[in-house]
Amino acid sequence: MVSSNIVKYYTRRIIIAGLVILAVSWIIVPFIISMLYAFTNPDDYYNPNIIIPLRYTYEHIQMLIALDVSKAILNSIIVAIMTIAISFALGLPAGYAFAKYMFPGRDALRLLIIGLRMFPIMVIAIPLVTLYMKLGLDDTLLGVALAHTAMALPFVIIITSSIFAGVPKELEEAALVFGLDRKRVFLRITMPLALPGLAAAAIFTFIMSWNEVFIASVLTLTNRTLPAFILTSAMAATDFIKFAAGFIMILPAMIFVFIARRYLITMWGITLR
Amino acid sequence: MVDVHLRGIVKRFGKTVAVNGIELDVNDGEFIVLLGPSGCGKTTTLRIIAGLEKPDEGRVLFGNKDVTYLPPKDRNVSMVFQSYAIWPHMKVYDNIAFPLKIRKVPRDKIDRRVKWAAELLQISDLLDRYPHQLSGGQRQRVAVARAIVVEPDVLLMDEPLSNLDALLRVKMRSELKKLQRRIKVTTIYVTHDQVEAMTMGDRIAVMNKGRIQQVGTPREIYLKPANIFVAGFVGTPQMNFFEAKVVIRDNEVVLTSRDYEIPLGSEYIDELKSYNGKEVIVGIRPEHIYPEELTPPTVRRKAVIEGTVDFVEALGSDTIVHVNTGSKILVVKISGSHHYNIGSNIRIVLDLDRIHVFDEENEKSILRR
Amino acid sequence: MATRPPRLERYVPYILIAPSLAYLLFFIGYPLAQALYLAFTEHGAFSLKNIDYLLHSPFSKFTEALVNTSLLVAIIIPIQVAIALGLAMLFNIKFPGRNAALYLVILPLTISDVAAGLIWYSMLSTNGFLNKLLLNTGLIKSPIYFFGYQYRHMEFLAIVLTEIWRATALVFVIVFAGLQMISREHIEAAEVFGANVWQRLRYIVFPMLKPSLQAALIIRTLFAFQVFGVVWVLAGRDIPVLAGEAYYEQVELKHTGVAAIYALIIAAISISIGYLYIKLFRAKYLEEAG
Repeated sequence: MVSSNIVKYYTRRIIIAGLVILAVSWIIVPFIISMLYAFTNPDDYYNPNIIIPLRYTYEHIQMLIALDVSKAILNSIIVAIMTIAISFALGLPAGYAFAKYMFPGRDALRLLIIGLRMFPIMVIAIPLVTLYMKLGLDDTLLGVALAHTAMALPFVIIITSSIFAGVPKELEEAALVFGLDRKRVFLRITMPLALPGLAAAAIFTFIMSWNEVFIASVLTLTNRTLPAFILTSAMAATDFIKFAAGFIMILPAMIFVFIARRYLITMWGITLR
Repeated sequence: MVDVHLRGIVKRFGKTVAVNGIELDVNDGEFIVLLGPSGCGKTTTLRIIAGLEKPDEGRVLFGNKDVTYLPPKDRNVSMVFQSYAIWPHMKVYDNIAFPLKIRKVPRDKIDRRVKWAAELLQISDLLDRYPHQLSGGQRQRVAVARAIVVEPDVLLMDEPLSNLDALLRVKMRSELKKLQRRIKVTTIYVTHDQVEAMTMGDRIAVMNKGRIQQVGTPREIYLKPANIFVAGFVGTPQMNFFEAKVVIRDNEVVLTSRDYEIPLGSEYIDELKSYNGKEVIVGIRPEHIYPEELTPPTVRRKAVIEGTVDFVEALGSDTIVHVNTGSKILVVKISGSHHYNIGSNIRIVLDLDRIHVFDEENEKSILRR
Repeated sequence: MATRPPRLERYVPYILIAPSLAYLLFFIGYPLAQALYLAFTEHGAFSLKNIDYLLHSPFSKFTEALVNTSLLVAIIIPIQVAIALGLAMLFNIKFPGRNAALYLVILPLTISDVAAGLIWYSMLSTNGFLNKLLLNTGLIKSPIYFFGYQYRHMEFLAIVLTEIWRATALVFVIVFAGLQMISREHIEAAEVFGANVWQRLRYIVFPMLKPSLQAALIIRTLFAFQVFGVVWVLAGRDIPVLAGEAYYEQVELKHTGVAAIYALIIAAISISIGYLYIKLFRAKYLEEAG
C-alpha cells in the first residue's frame, strides 16, 4: 500500500518537472538562439554542420550601426520618455482620483476608460496622419509620443489607481489627523509609498512605447523609431542584420523587465481584466 | 456511523512537527471536540482524518478499516470548512446536492434528501438562491446541510462558528449540538474557543504543540485537569497559579508560599510525600475563591488569606476582584454584583476541595481525586 | 489658512480626471470621426469610391486579407487557449523554482511583435536553428523552406507558430490569475464530497474560470485581428492581412481613404467580437444554472 504511493508520488513529480522544462524551453530557446545568431560568425552560420555557432563577432551590430540604427534607437528612447512624461502627467492625477475618491459615475468612467483602450490602434493611427499634417506634427517624435500616450493612458490610469489604492488608508488618515493637509499627505506619505509601483508602471510604459510598431511606422518617415526602422530598412538587408536588429529590440525590454519583475504578473493581471 | 481511531499520528511540515504522536479513540455517534490554541495541530489532525493530508507516521482507522492512505472521496466523510467553501457559481440547492450527484444517486432521491437537509437547517426557502445573495450565517447553514445530506460515517467541522458574530455563534452552538444528537453521526469538531468545547462536546481532547494533553468529558477537564496547560486553557478568568513549597509536619501537609500558608491536613499525604521540601505550582480557579463573608456553607475545608483590593471588574452578573496578597495577585470571581473599594483590605477564602497541585518540572497534576 | 468651501471639494475627482478623459476622447473620437470622413468622402463629397476600390480593384487584396486574418484567428486562438489552460494548471502547482519559471514563460509579453518575428526568423530560416537541428539528426534530407512567395503556405505556418509562441502568455496570465483566485478550500471541499480529479475540473474549476476565460478571449481575439508585425516581418505582403493592408495602402500607396476603411473594418470586427463573447458567455452561464 505504502510503496505504490511512493511510486505514484515520484512519477507525478517527474511528469511535472518534465512538463515545466518543456514549457520553459519552448519559450526560452528561441530567445537564446536569436541572441546567439546576432553575434554569429557568418561561416558558422552558413555551415550546415554547425547547429550552435562556435565563433562570435560584433560585425553585424557594427553594420547595423552603420545603417544609422543609433539614430533610431535614440528616437525610440526620446519617444518613450515623452510618452511616460505626458501620460503620467495626465494619468497620475486621474489614477489618484479613482483610488481615493468615491464619486457618482466612478464605475462608469472606469469602464469607459478601459473600453477606450480596446480600440484598434489602426483606426487611431491612420486618420492622425492627416491631422498631423495640418498641425505640422507629421514625421515628428512628438507626434508619435502623443499617439503613444493615447495608447498608454488607460493603462497608466488603471495601474496608478490600483497602486494608490494599495497605499493603506490608515497611514494617510493618521497624517491628516497629525496636522498635514491633503496636498502634503500626498507628497510626503502617499507618493513615497507608491514610488516603487509607479517606477514599475513607468518601466512598462517605456516598453510599450519602445515596442510599438504600427503607429510609429505610419506616422514617421525620416525620424523613425527602432521598430519602424526595422520594418523598413532592416527587412531588405541580410539575415545577420535582421538578427542583430532583433537583439537590439529585445535587450532593453528584457533588462527592464528583469528589474521590475515582481510587478510583472500583477500588473498584466490588472490591466487585462 | 463509525468509530474512529488514531494511532501514533505524526505530521511534519518541513522542519516543524505539526502533529507529534496522536492517539485517540472516538466512539460511534460521539461528538468530540479537538480544543487548543492556534498552531497546536488540531486542524492538521482533522485534515488527516479527512484525507486531505497524509500522515508521515501512524494510522487512521474507521472501525476496523485502515483508511490512512485512502483519498477523501473514498472515506465517506463530510466536512464543514472554516470558510464554508460554498461554490459561488452553483445555487444553494446544487451545492447541497453535489455529494449526492457525484455518487450518482437518482434524481428523486436527491431531491428528497436535499429538502430534508434544508429543512433541518431551516434554509428551505433559500434553495433557489446563489451564495452571494446569502448572509454569513445562512452560508454556514448551507455548508452544514451539504455535509449531512449524504449519511457520512464521520462528520468533520473546522471552526465552523469562528466567522459568525457573537450572538449568532451562541445560537448556532446549540443548533449544531441538537442536530448532531438527532442524526447521531460521529462528529469531530475543531475549535480554539473553550466555551464552544465545553458546551458542545461529549468529550474534549485538549491539544497543545502537536500533542493531546488530556481527553475527557467537559466536567473532567474542568474539575480534574491533567496538567497546567489544560488547567489554564479552560475556564474564564484563567486559573490562579502560584508557587509554594511543600512542608510536611506531623503527618500534615502545609503549602508554604511567599505570603501565606495553606494547611491541607493529612488527606493528600500519600501523593505529596515525595515532594516534601520541594517547590510545586498550586492552582485554584477564581470561582473557587470567595470573600470571607460570602463563603457558601458548602465549602468544607478552607484556607483564609489576607490581601488588599487591587482592581475590580464589574460585569453585572459577576464581579471580578484582583486581590494583592503581597507578592502575587489572586483573581477572585464572585457571583452577582458587589462593590469593593480599591486599596481596602479583604479576607478571602480558598475552597481546599478545589485546589490543584502541579509538579513544577513536568507540569502534571499531582493530586488525583 | 483658508478652508476650501465644501462644494468645491466635491468636484476635485472630476477635475483630476478631466484632462485624461478629454485627451482620450479627442485622440480616439477625432480619429474615429476623421476615419469615417476619409473613408467615405472624395474631394469633400460623399463617395463610395474607396469601397469600390476595396472590392473591385485588381490591386486590392481585401478579400485575401479578410480571409487570411480570419483564418489566422480561427486557428491560433483555440490552440492558445488550450495551451494556456494547461500551463495555468501546471503552474498552479507549487513546484520549486516556480517563480523563476513563471517570469521566463511570460517573457514573450515584453517584446514587440516585430522582435518576435525576427526571433522566429532566426529559428525557421534556411540556415536557422530548426533546419540545422533536423538536418544534423538525419530527420530530414534538405532544409524546410519557410519563407518566400512560393512557400506561402509555409509562411502561414511560420506565422501561426510565432503568434502562438508570442501571445499565449497573454491568455496564460489572465487565466492563471483567475485560477489562483479560486480558493484551495473550494477544490478541497469537492474532493471531500467525492469528486475525482476530472469531476473537480469540470464542476468546480472550469465554471469558476469562466470570467477569466471570457476576459482573456475578448482581449486576445481583439488583438489577433490586428496582427501586423509578425506577418510583415515573416511574409511581407505574401500573406495579406487587414492591418498590413491598411499600412501598405497608407504608407506605400498613399490611399488614405482606403486605409481608413481597413481601419474601420478592424474596429467594427473588434466591437462585434466583444459583443458576441459577452453574449455567449452570459447565456451559457444562465443555461447551466437553470
